[in-house]
Amino acid sequence: MKPVLQAVLHRPDIWSGDSLAQPEDGIASGFPELDAALPGGGWPRGGFSELILERQGIGELRLVLPALAGLSRENREVIFVSPPHIPYAPALVQHGIALSRFLWIRVYDPKDKLWAAEQALRSGSCGAVLCWLPTLTERIARRLQSAAEAGKTWGVQFTAADRAADACPAPLRMRLSSADRKLQVRVIKRRGGGWVAPISLNVASNVDHVVDLSTFS
Amino acid sequence: MLWTCLHFPNLPLQVFCRASTTLSPLAVTSAAAQPSILACNRKAAAAGIMPGMRASAAQALCAALQLKARDEKAEAASLSSIAAWAGQFTPTISLGAQAVLLEIGGCFRLFGSLENLLKKICYGLTELGYEFVIASAATPRAASILARARTPLTVTEADALPTALSPLPLALLGYSPDAISDLAQAGIRSIGACLALPRDAVARRYGQGLLDEFDRALGLLPDPQPPFTAPSRFETELELPAPVEDAEVLLFALRRLVFELAGWLRARNAGVTRLRLALKHHDVPVTEVTLDLTIPSRDADHLLALWRERLARVSLPQRVEAIALAVEEIAELAPTNFSLFPETPDGAALLDRLRARLGDQALCRLRLHADHRPELAWRETDRENDSICPPANQRPLWLLDEPRRLGERPALDLVAGPERIEGGWWDGHDVARDYFVASDSHGSRFWIFMNRANGEWFLQGICG
Repeated sequence: MKPVLQAVLHRPDIWSGDSLAQPEDGIASGFPELDAALPGGGWPRGGFSELILERQGIGELRLVLPALAGLSRENREVIFVSPPHIPYAPALVQHGIALSRFLWIRVYDPKDKLWAAEQALRSGSCGAVLCWLPTLTERIARRLQSAAEAGKTWGVQFTAADRAADACPAPLRMRLSSADRKLQVRVIKRRGGGWVAPISLNVASNVDHVVDLSTFS
Repeated sequence: MLWTCLHFPNLPLQVFCRASTTLSPLAVTSAAAQPSILACNRKAAAAGIMPGMRASAAQALCAALQLKARDEKAEAASLSSIAAWAGQFTPTISLGAQAVLLEIGGCFRLFGSLENLLKKICYGLTELGYEFVIASAATPRAASILARARTPLTVTEADALPTALSPLPLALLGYSPDAISDLAQAGIRSIGACLALPRDAVARRYGQGLLDEFDRALGLLPDPQPPFTAPSRFETELELPAPVEDAEVLLFALRRLVFELAGWLRARNAGVTRLRLALKHHDVPVTEVTLDLTIPSRDADHLLALWRERLARVSLPQRVEAIALAVEEIAELAPTNFSLFPETPDGAALLDRLRARLGDQALCRLRLHADHRPELAWRETDRENDSICPPANQRPLWLLDEPRRLGERPALDLVAGPERIEGGWWDGHDVARDYFVASDSHGSRFWIFMNRANGEWFLQGICG
């Protein structure tokens, strides 16, 4: 590199594109490969994230559970706003969630869902607020992002891939799919920018074993 | 001793209009056979209505004028609720005519300074929706005279009282009107002029009583005040000036009551855990709304925010004519500790807000239940969790409301299992199932079982 260029690069007011913005400490996700790709080294403590699912059941919840378990054990409330099915308590406990800090909000009116999510994010008393809003329009995403920033709370929206918008103001967006029994995480957007190679995570439980099918025919 | 007098010159009018945001011409009439105007608001005064006028004449001047007969019972109730509210400042309170007397000499240091305390009282009274004159003096009578003369002074020293009271009219003393008019005919109209007269002559002509009145006002004679005891139950009603169905107007009226409640609670060092609001209609039964709080609170803003959400869920059968707020349960408020480091805000406030708008059934905490059958291994709860160990085998994070019938063995890869679960013969929900974790070609994982009784397959959970 030319010395002139070198000198320019050392100027403090020059921002180079490959360095990630370093916001506040993130919430460790429990997956070191993922933490490395996230600004702040983890899930954002005061930000809204959109996770786009190609399909249900591929490990989308297992991806966030280690972080949620940590938050609930720190006595921070973990809130599910109108999830698609019953959150199954025994499995939550197996993943380390303290049930006394877990709140399931059952609402059916989309307006109430949005209101509850926004209140929970803004109050600042929660660790994480996960929502399953039917659609995430730009206006809604902006409101939730500002609430998450105000309450310094991590917000997550799970969107089905066929309903996902092309662009969204959420500062962190990921697309989740499955390949070879592993969860593929593709970071679409993150603070600080830059392209990240798809990350392959093993979120399957370690008690898996192939069944001897002959005994069940 | 330092006494503060809160005088409410417009009380007859304000018991009717403090619940409303809008100003419409309103006048209060006497209860005589031919009623005359006792007091009127600014809007009515602008239309030319004056106290003393016949009610019929006033109605002719302004067709939109709303006439209310004076309600002395409501005035007395208002005064007593103001006194109960003022219990947060001082324990020594006494009621006067359209006035409340507070002894603040013993307590103003608690509030930093006398100015601070007076500012707090003024701010609070404005929130309650009253117009008032506040004056403080070393004796209750002097404070009351100053307030009635609408001179908002603070005279802390007894020596300064003669100078402060001198220019004020003699009528404010509250002595027999005959003696006062006799003195006025002699050209003696102010307190100062009367004080300048020789005492023995005054006593001979107008009675020792007049001198005693002066001596009490100036602190030369003791002047004990009957103490006011706040009611042990908070129940206040507020009549709305016009029937209302708009939530904002209703909330404005409620705001007055909630601030009264906050003062009453502070006087008791308590917080409220359950409130009941009665919305009274013209000819249908009262709509009752209760509000439950997770932790006791006396924060007026917090309570109002909860009421706002709670009232949004109420459908009114008819317009509301009056509201009544009552306390159902109070609890002692734990003293707050100030932490060196900023703490995370309290979650209870959020829970109360969510519950107020979404209803009790929308908020759900979970606990484990000791049962092998998966659909019965969890419960909704509002209590702390029992210590039950989760099953050893992995469970799915999502459970379907009802197992979904798959029929024949589905075309899925079985990746874990079987786990045989049997039980329930004792309560009629007998199950005999083999559970598997299955994966489809796209990598989604499911929790399925085969009913061993008939070989049918069901989907019960999604691994998530």
